[in-house]
Amino acid sequence: MENGTTVHAATVAGVTLVADLSGAFFWEGERLLVVSDLHLEKGSSFAMRGVLLPPYDTAATLSRLGAVIARYDPRHVIALGDSFHDREAHGRLDAADRTTLASLQRGRDWIWIVGNHDPDLPRDLGGAVADEVAIGPLAFRHEPTGAAGEIAGHLHPKARVSRRGRSVERRCFASDGERAVMPSFGAYTGGLSIRDLAFAAIFKSLAFTAHVLGDNRMHAIAAARCS
Amino acid sequence: MPLPEVFARWFAARGWSPRAHQLALLDKARQGRSALLIAPTGAGKTLAGFLPTLVELSESSAPARAATVSTGRAVRRSGGLHTLYISPLKALAVDIARNLEAPIAEMALPIKVETRTGDTPVSRRQRQRRYPPDILLTTPEQLALLLASDDAPFLFSSLKRIVLDELHALVTSKRGDLLSLGLARLWRIAPQIRAIGLSATVAEPESLARFLVPQLSPPPAGEARGGEGERRADIVVAGGAAAPIVEMLDTSERLPWAGHSARHAMAEIYDLIKRNKTTLVFVNTRSQAEMLFQDLWRMNDDGLAIALHHGSLDVAQRRKVEDAMAAGKLRGVVCTSSLDLGVDWGDVDLVINVGAPKGASRLMQRIGRANHRIDEASRAVLVPANRFEVLECRVAIDAVAENAQDTPPLRTGALDVLAQHVLGCACGAPFLSDELYAEVLTSAPYAGLSRSDFDDVVEFVATGGYALKSYERFARIKQDAQGRWRVTNPRVRQSYRLNVGTIVEESMLKVKLVRSRRGGSGSTGAIARGGRMLGQIEEYFIEGLVIGDTFVFGGEIVRYEALVEDEVYVSRANDADAKVPSYMGGKFPLSTYLAERVRLLLADQRAWRGLPDQVREWLSLQAHLSSVPGAREMVVETFPRADKHYLVCYPFEGRLAHQTLGMLLTRRLERARARPLGFVANEYALAVWGLGDMSAMIRQRRLNLDALFDPDMLGDDLEAWLAESALMKRTFRTCAIISGLIARRFTGEEKSRRQVLFSTDLVYDVLRKHQPDHVLLRAARADAATGLLDIRRLSDMLARISGRITHKELERISPLAVPVMLEIGREAVYGEASDELLAEAAEELVKEATGSS
Repeated sequence: MENGTTVHAATVAGVTLVADLSGAFFWEGERLLVVSDLHLEKGSSFAMRGVLLPPYDTAATLSRLGAVIARYDPRHVIALGDSFHDREAHGRLDAADRTTLASLQRGRDWIWIVGNHDPDLPRDLGGAVADEVAIGPLAFRHEPTGAAGEIAGHLHPKARVSRRGRSVERRCFASDGERAVMPSFGAYTGGLSIRDLAFAAIFKSLAFTAHVLGDNRMHAIAAARCS
Repeated sequence: MPLPEVFARWFAARGWSPRAHQLALLDKARQGRSALLIAPTGAGKTLAGFLPTLVELSESSAPARAATVSTGRAVRRSGGLHTLYISPLKALAVDIARNLEAPIAEMALPIKVETRTGDTPVSRRQRQRRYPPDILLTTPEQLALLLASDDAPFLFSSLKRIVLDELHALVTSKRGDLLSLGLARLWRIAPQIRAIGLSATVAEPESLARFLVPQLSPPPAGEARGGEGERRADIVVAGGAAAPIVEMLDTSERLPWAGHSARHAMAEIYDLIKRNKTTLVFVNTRSQAEMLFQDLWRMNDDGLAIALHHGSLDVAQRRKVEDAMAAGKLRGVVCTSSLDLGVDWGDVDLVINVGAPKGASRLMQRIGRANHRIDEASRAVLVPANRFEVLECRVAIDAVAENAQDTPPLRTGALDVLAQHVLGCACGAPFLSDELYAEVLTSAPYAGLSRSDFDDVVEFVATGGYALKSYERFARIKQDAQGRWRVTNPRVRQSYRLNVGTIVEESMLKVKLVRSRRGGSGSTGAIARGGRMLGQIEEYFIEGLVIGDTFVFGGEIVRYEALVEDEVYVSRANDADAKVPSYMGGKFPLSTYLAERVRLLLADQRAWRGLPDQVREWLSLQAHLSSVPGAREMVVETFPRADKHYLVCYPFEGRLAHQTLGMLLTRRLERARARPLGFVANEYALAVWGLGDMSAMIRQRRLNLDALFDPDMLGDDLEAWLAESALMKRTFRTCAIISGLIARRFTGEEKSRRQVLFSTDLVYDVLRKHQPDHVLLRAARADAATGLLDIRRLSDMLARISGRITHKELERISPLAVPVMLEIGREAVYGEASDELLAEAAEELVKEATGSS
């Protein structure tokens, strides 16, 4: 494990994955890119309820996704659930964002895993829709169960480090070598502290590592060191 | 003009005679003029403000007042609301109501006075709207709420007068902007109203007097906006105030180099309290107040009744202290700016100001809290807590003697407040853009508002004001066929009512004292729930701590044990020093005016004679070993210490501007390969340290100080820093809440800490990237210029010192540098290099894993 770089190697159930500073996992051998919790159209979802958040979150998220796809040129892409912020969100995608999405999908297998925010995705989004996917020793599903070999999302893990009266809080991957929870990728998605009980239920102890997305590099920090 | 008979008799019966300024205000009222009364506390300001109202109401014949006014609602009512009184504090409104009762009862005037604050029961509020009193006492927020109801024309059309109390304090914040917009609305509903502003002495009374009357809009042909075309109220100045007697404590103790506790002077402060009847002890921060209070009680062998008063204490607790004070039961009160304004107590005979005075006007207002009888001199003693503060106290005493004021200039109205007001207007009644724009221009802070800014704000209120027009169908307000903007659904009104106001409070956590789990019993069990409540603390402060860190709270050193929901558990620590400093700086930076005077004092060696020996020696040593800054120059010192290299400079522009300077300098030093590691700022100086030998770099011309301090740092470097600055994000969040983009409260309930649905930081990032000129970002930038980042002051400073930098290459730390160097480790080190902090935590993991530690 090397610090001070934009990627970390994280081993889950014997498979070495690249934890990327963008918040994506890349599985070299399979040329598989995984991103979780895109929450597209979260802005317009709030706008429907009178909170007029800037409507640029979908474009911002897709543009970051485009950048990481361009870097790894994956053969397969898995969107690990909650790709859309609500059941109708896909219907609110504007033409430009639709075009961007289609261009990202072109030439690759694209799998939408369903999540609690987007349980019934339509067929016209391109790609396949699945509840979960198993590849080799790994199982990809939205909500973590704690099973070995599981790659999940849903919780939006976030780590806080405090030193000398200052604190920094950033998104992170959480992994103990047997299972991993991915950070949320969406532009407006907040997070849940890895010290929350929800993580204790999955990892059973504090013996897991947070691969923290710093401003310019990744940092591996013991969960016990976070507050 | 003589007083009406009944009033003359009343004054005579009490052995009083009306003061000249009270009669002058009555005269202005009879001429139909609005007026600004400038008077120190104790000048009978309140009575002066209400005298025209009382006289008018007593003179209007009874039958006329009983007549029904046609309201179009078939509601019978009396003459309707006559006078509206606005105060920054609801406690003050309540107190004034009590004070008005006496003259009204004693003269048997047929006048009904009521208050309306957040605490007023709903039933009374409803009654007030249907059957308004003659005089209503309220706050800017309540006025905004009343104006946003469809009752507003009914309620205010009869209004004759408006009295604005503590105007000097109101106009310095966004609350003043909100109030000014409310006034503009009132002038339209009731063009007959005349205003009386009550204010302490200010630097520019003429500009404050503009606030009280509608500004001309657009200015008539031939009149330029800003110059002669400005309209203002008449100014009445209360004379006859005795000059205050202000001294600096001539301590026999050693003066500390740094710090803010003034512990060295505790016995002398105690002695002063003992020798006077009632003393107010002002400090600048809550933690100072806590510490001072504890220290005084530790030596309180005489059992003097000394109380504590600050903004984080429970309201009931504060009220108890105020009541005891009013009853003359207290010998001393240790307080913060929570007592800068407010209820008059007659019997304070001494004010002690501990620490930096920060500003001449601020100090004078505090001194004015002593002895509210205008013809007797107030007495005050200043207690500097360190050597730089001695200089500040010295020049502040001179400024008071000259009655020199340094209140800030009138604000330019903020766009986020305007957005809140526009939504409020729509909640009241549909409006036309042209008409509302003209109305807004009559308010002094918004007199220069451009039409395009106004239209952007209306667009923002309607659909968010985004270039990507995707929210038309979610609009909060929409134009009807006549072009009038209307609220689209009742939820919008409800949300407006729940979020009105411009005060955005820090989120606070409760602090409870429990027994440590590291206690002698060896118990390692869970912390016992419950515990004694100590008070409240800012959430962001706790976020910077790790379990086991110690800090000062409630006057003692405590250990952070746990955070459960919104409660922080702490235990008593036996440490002598707190690990994490909790002196969070004062809210108010050193005023530009006092800073200037401090520089002049430093530059004039003859003037040093007026300083205590210890301080004079300190400065002489500095002159000998390095250099004492001249009036316009800036001294930069570089020297090595331990294994690091330091750069210390003395801009004297307040810690906020210094912090911003520190951020920008470290970026530049990074580029110059000086490998900076951190910096620390106080009110007077800034110290930056790093691994590179900056002395050698300057000597070898690899680092040019003129270039380093070039004002162009406010260009790209500032931009780049603002993109990631936590302070900027905090500023943006405040604007987002005030403007109504996000709610501080969702319908019916406070948003719980655990259910934060999105972060404004992320919204800031996205908006900044996709629409950098969005109206909310413009509002946040305007705030950053004067608020937490104090960019305007930094920019003035850089212009001032341009070409006037004196560099001293030293072998060791200079005497003048000692205070700021001592702050290292006491103050949180500001640097926003998040990756460094994360890397440090990661490093610990590696050490642990490899067994090297």
